[in-house]
Amino acid sequence: MKKTYKIDVDCANCANKMEEAAKKTAGVKDAVVNFMTLKMTVEFEDGAEPKDVMQDVLKNCKIVEDDCEIFL
Amino acid sequence: MNKKQKNMLYCIIVAILCIIGLELLPIGGTIKFVLYMVPYFIVGYDILKKAIKGIMNKQVFDENFLMAVATVGAIALGEYSEGVAVMLFYQIGELFQSYAVGKSRRNISDLMDIRPDFANIEVDGELEQVDPDEIEIGSIIVVQPGEKVPIDGIIVEGNTTLNTSALTGESLPREAKVNDEVISGCINMTGLLKIKTTKEFGESTVSKILDMVENASSKKSKSENFISRFARFYTPAVCYGALVLALLPPLVRMLFMGLDPMWNDWIFRALTFLVISCPCALVISIPLGFFAGIGGASRAGVLVKGSNYLETLASTKYVVFDKTGTMTQGVFEVSGVHHNTMDRDELLEYAALAESYSTHPISKSLQKAYGKPILKNRVGDVEEISGNGVIAKVDDKVVAAGNAKLMERLNVKYDECHEVGTIVHIAIDNQYEGHILISDVMKPHAKEAIQALKNIGIKKTVMLTGDMNTVAKKVANDLKIDEVYSELLPGDKVTKVEELLSKKDEKEKLAFVGDGINDAPVLSRADIGIAMGAMGSDAAIEAADIVLMDDDPLKISKAIKIAKKCMKIVYENIYFAIGIKILCLILGAIGIANMWLAIFADVGVMVIAVLNAIRTLYVKNL
Repeated sequence: MKKTYKIDVDCANCANKMEEAAKKTAGVKDAVVNFMTLKMTVEFEDGAEPKDVMQDVLKNCKIVEDDCEIFL
Repeated sequence: MNKKQKNMLYCIIVAILCIIGLELLPIGGTIKFVLYMVPYFIVGYDILKKAIKGIMNKQVFDENFLMAVATVGAIALGEYSEGVAVMLFYQIGELFQSYAVGKSRRNISDLMDIRPDFANIEVDGELEQVDPDEIEIGSIIVVQPGEKVPIDGIIVEGNTTLNTSALTGESLPREAKVNDEVISGCINMTGLLKIKTTKEFGESTVSKILDMVENASSKKSKSENFISRFARFYTPAVCYGALVLALLPPLVRMLFMGLDPMWNDWIFRALTFLVISCPCALVISIPLGFFAGIGGASRAGVLVKGSNYLETLASTKYVVFDKTGTMTQGVFEVSGVHHNTMDRDELLEYAALAESYSTHPISKSLQKAYGKPILKNRVGDVEEISGNGVIAKVDDKVVAAGNAKLMERLNVKYDECHEVGTIVHIAIDNQYEGHILISDVMKPHAKEAIQALKNIGIKKTVMLTGDMNTVAKKVANDLKIDEVYSELLPGDKVTKVEELLSKKDEKEKLAFVGDGINDAPVLSRADIGIAMGAMGSDAAIEAADIVLMDDDPLKISKAIKIAKKCMKIVYENIYFAIGIKILCLILGAIGIANMWLAIFADVGVMVIAVLNAIRTLYVKNL
C-alpha cells in the first residue's frame, strides 16, 4: 500500500536525510521524499498499520532533522 | 515570505544594527566579548540549538554543526566580529535560498495548476457549484465561458472555441460543437456548454495529467541519486579533513621541523574548510533543475513522467516510429472501390458491415464512405485475425475483409492493386469480389519533424508498421525516414525493437513513438516510450514515459531539446558547484581563502545554482 503525505522541511539535504530515515523505519517498504513538491510517498509492508508506522517515521525523521514536519 | 522567513529577516536586521553599533564603540576585553554575544545569539540561536540537538541525536555532521563549530571556533580565537559575521551571512544566505526555492516551487506549481475547482450542475434551473469528485458518469454539467472544463465528456448543447494551451501547449484555439468530445483542462472561451460526462473526475484527463506530473519528480534520475550518495560521503569526509588540517600540520611543524606550531592559524583554516563544505548547493540545484525541466516541458505540451526519463531522452540517438496515427493522421479515407461483378455500393456495404465491430481507423473510414447507419444485427460470428483482417457473417454470407495475407490464408485468388494505399480485399463466400483502396493523410509537420530530429543529431530514424510494404515505402520516402519495416504484427514490432536495441551502443538510447493499443508493449520495451496523447489510447499513455499532448510529431524533437537543455544545466550545476567547492577547499587549506570566500562558496554557489536551474523552465524558443 502506498500513501502520500505533505511534509515541511527547509533544505534539500535534510529532505534526503528524511528519506533515508523513513526507509529504515520498520514497516516501511520504500519511501520517496520529493523536496520540490514537499511530499513524502511511503510504501508500507503488507500487514503494517500506516498510522502506527507513520508515528515511527516522524520520530525517526525528527532525529535526523529536528526542523521537519510530516502532516499526518 | 512565510512567518519563519519574516522572523529570520527581523533577527538579521537587528543583528546588523548591533554589529554596526559595536564596531563604532571604542571597547575591548571582556565587555567587547559579552556585547558581541548579543547579535551572535540573536542571529545564530536556532543554528546552535539544532547543532546541539544533532549531537544529542548522534547526527553530528550536518551544516548546523559545521556553522556552530566554525563560528564558536572563530570567537574562541578572539575573532569576534568575524565569527558573528559568518553566522550572519550564513543566515542571510539561508533566508535567500529558502525564499528563492519557495518562489520557484510556487512558480512551477502555478504553471502546472490546471486543476478545476468545481463543476456546475443545473438544479431546478439554477446553476450550482459542486465538487467535481461528486459528479457521476453520464451527468450533465454546465461550463460557462471563461471556466475550465472539469470532467471529460461529450457536448450535448452549445458551440464554442476551446483554449487547450494548458494541456497541449498549442495556442491556437479549437472549435467544438455538439457531439464533439471535450477533454477536461481546456478553457471554454466563448459559448455556454452543456456536457454529458463520460468519465469520473479521478479518471478524467486533467486528473491523470496532474497525477503524472506530481509524481514525476519522485522518479529519481541517475544524477539525483549520484548527488544524494555523494552528499552522504562528502560531509563526513570534509569534517575529518578539517580535523586533520587542524592537527596534523601544527604537530608536524612542532615535532619534526622545530618550528612554531601556529595553532591558531591552522585551526582557523580548518574552520574555513568546514564552512565551505556544506553540500546544500549541490543537493538543491539538481532536483530543482529537473523539476523546472518537467514544468517547462508540460507547458510546451510534453508530459514527462519522471526525471529519469528526461535524462534518457537527452541521450536518445535512435527514434523508431509507428506509422499510423504517429506520422500520418490515422484519418483514412476511401479513395477507390475496384469491384469485380458486384455493384460498387454493395461491395462497400458488405465491407463496412463486416468491419463494423472493429475500432480500427480503417473500419471507421469504410463506415464513413458507406454513409448509412450500420444495422449491427445483420452481422454475426465476427472473427478478427490480428494483422490480417476480419471474417464475419453478414446476411448469411461469409464476408472476409482484409489484406493480401487474409486472402492467401483463405486460398482466394486476388488482384494486386496498382495504386499505393491500404487495400482491403473482399471475398464473399470464398469468392473474390474486389478491393477497396484506403489512403491515410500525412500529418502536416511530419516531414519537418524528421528533419528536426536529424538536425539535433539523431543518428537513425526507423519506421515500423503493420501496413503494406508499398505504402510504408512511399511514406518513408516522402518523409526521408532512414529505415522502414512493414507488414509487422504487433509482436513483430517488439522483436524488431529488441533487435535494434541489441545492435546499438549501451549509451545511445532508443525512443519509440506510437499511439495505438498494440503499441503498448513496444512503448514499454524501448529505452523510452513516447505516446501521442490526445488521440492515443489510454493503454499507450499508461505504458509510455513521455506523452505528447497535441499529437504533433514536431514535439518529439522539442522534447529532446528540452531534455538536453535540462541535462546541460544539471551538469553545469554539478560541475560548477563541485568545482568551486574543491577550489575553495584547496585555497582554504593553503590559507589563501578567508571566511568571506568560504561563505560565498557555500551560499553564493547555492544561489547561483538555483538561479541557473530555474532557466530550465524557459523552453519556448527551443
